[in-house]
Amino acid sequence: MSETLIISILAASITAGTPILFAALGELIAERSGIMNLGVDGMMLVGAVTGFMITVNTGNPWLGVGIALVAGGLLALIHAYLTVTLRANQVVSGLALTLFGSGLSDYLGKAYVGMRAEHTFGKLAIPGLSDIPIIGPVVFKQDVLVYISYVLVAATAFYLYKTRAGLFLRALGENPAAVDSVGVNVFRLRYLYVMIGGALAGLGGAYLSLAYAPCWLENMTAGRGWIAVALVIFAIWDPWRALAGSYLFGGVDALGFHLQVIGLPVSIFILNMLPYIFTILVLILVLIRKGGRLASPQALGVPYDREER
Amino acid sequence: MKIRLEKSLAQNKTSQIVVPVVAVFLALLFCGVFLAVTGRDPFEVYQAMFAGALGSEYGISETIVKMIPLALCGLGIAVAFRMQIWNIGAEGQFYMGACWATWVPLTFPNLPFLVMLPFMIFMAALGGGLWGLLAGWFKTKWQVSETITTLMMNYIAILWVSYLVYGSWRDPKGLNFPLTAPFPDAALIPTFGALRVHYGIFAVLLLAVIFWLFFKGSKWGYETLVIGSNPVAARYAGIDIRKNVLLVMFISGAISGFAGMVEVSGIVGRLQPGISPGYGYTAISVAWLARLHPIAIVIVAFLFAIIHVGGFMIQTMGIPSAAATMLQGAILFFVVGSEILTQYEIKFSNKEEVQDE
Repeated sequence: MSETLIISILAASITAGTPILFAALGELIAERSGIMNLGVDGMMLVGAVTGFMITVNTGNPWLGVGIALVAGGLLALIHAYLTVTLRANQVVSGLALTLFGSGLSDYLGKAYVGMRAEHTFGKLAIPGLSDIPIIGPVVFKQDVLVYISYVLVAATAFYLYKTRAGLFLRALGENPAAVDSVGVNVFRLRYLYVMIGGALAGLGGAYLSLAYAPCWLENMTAGRGWIAVALVIFAIWDPWRALAGSYLFGGVDALGFHLQVIGLPVSIFILNMLPYIFTILVLILVLIRKGGRLASPQALGVPYDREER
Repeated sequence: MKIRLEKSLAQNKTSQIVVPVVAVFLALLFCGVFLAVTGRDPFEVYQAMFAGALGSEYGISETIVKMIPLALCGLGIAVAFRMQIWNIGAEGQFYMGACWATWVPLTFPNLPFLVMLPFMIFMAALGGGLWGLLAGWFKTKWQVSETITTLMMNYIAILWVSYLVYGSWRDPKGLNFPLTAPFPDAALIPTFGALRVHYGIFAVLLLAVIFWLFFKGSKWGYETLVIGSNPVAARYAGIDIRKNVLLVMFISGAISGFAGMVEVSGIVGRLQPGISPGYGYTAISVAWLARLHPIAIVIVAFLFAIIHVGGFMIQTMGIPSAAATMLQGAILFFVVGSEILTQYEIKFSNKEEVQDE
């Protein structure tokens, strides 16, 4: 392979990995607080469609991104209400959210299929940095949302490990009763983090419809939300590992596409299976390495009930 | 007088029926408000859905046609969910079952009816069952979450069917469409007269009764319930959890696989992409709303089939059929949210009594 091809595959890996990265970061934050949200795919879809609709109608992609954040956050609010306040089954509530989100996005977006948005996020080379050989064109010749994702990963890691609020966030998922005992409102914080998680899933969706594609297609996530959920496990709830994992998945995606362009005599359907097969394999490998024991948040998936302290 | 919620140990029988019914009405109300906000008349939409699904012989026939796969997949899902094994791979198991069943008439087109159909059923159950078993094996061997593997395997199964019908299974006489050759008559489930409703309905009813008896009366039915609700107690009682996970995943997948066979043999008459508009996902709502009770699953599947067919019918009013998916998701929300109520009793009490606590 020539150097330009390698660079273009690597750059495409980052682009393809970014929607998954946003969603995975969001899910990571929610799960760190002890709430598992399997509705990521639904929230991404609604983020994708609302972001696209607003951008088409206003011509302002930033407004689209804003609305996608809000839409994802609002959907997550439903999940938070059901699982935090009503202590409902988190698995089933998340599945309901995915179903509802895919129906809602389809309903809202019917008229927008095949439309084009005037303004979307194009590539924006960072002067100076993009001239570094290999790394420059791969890392610093991306769109502005990718740059935001770099900052977001660093910020999440800093918040989680270096701040007092981050300490509480980690404790929420490990031992909510302890957090409660020092006078912090467990319920309010879990609402907050689940909604932040939803907002980031919405952003991941908007990335698909405003930068990656950029267009709206029904069910355009093609299961990326679920890959994000798997990725959080792969990342062992660590933001930097989530970044690495996302680009790995993006790489598998991009590789399939490039192999097709080169004209490899493999069916497109088999190539399209790669990310899903890869997800399963990666999960298995991580679990083998950890001997089946993952350092998952201890209270993940367990509703917090003050009566049962 | 004070009204308060009190935890009750025994689950309240009446509330188990009343609460889901109320939940469905609240979901209708919720989506009705949404429809109104987006500029539709909710009453008109619901009436059109209902009339479309049940107002004619054709509508009723179509409703039962949709009910069959929903009920079958719902039964398959319930087997796993009872044990708190979150098999959300019914969609993929459905495709695998359809695919393995299709192999029979494509390879042996001249088998007689009485050999062909049982052979197809066997292959479908095997295909769907093994597809489920694989995820079960990942879980027992390496503790890989079945939620994620079964979902990933849905995408793989759907792509696999596309690979076959766009490739080596494509009908040479099919004008290059991605379809297999049509099945011979011996591979088709008979229908009622000229309608599309087929004898698969009997399989649904039979399986529902068998499951009901099995869940209720058998030792194994009880064991799987114990594993789900209290795995530690199950281990102390000497129940082999690993074996049960594998068995449950196989049976669960086999039933959804059978549903796939019923669909290609009873309705489509060949294998092609898109044989399921998401039955495997909708069936999750069906199973949960029915509280995993086999007879209730059939009833709820009928209700969801009404919504599905109704959703198709309202397209003539310019409303996307996705409104139906949305409604199904909303129903599941309200059912999940109201579950807490069945675990509590509403108590009316005087203040003095409260202080007795």
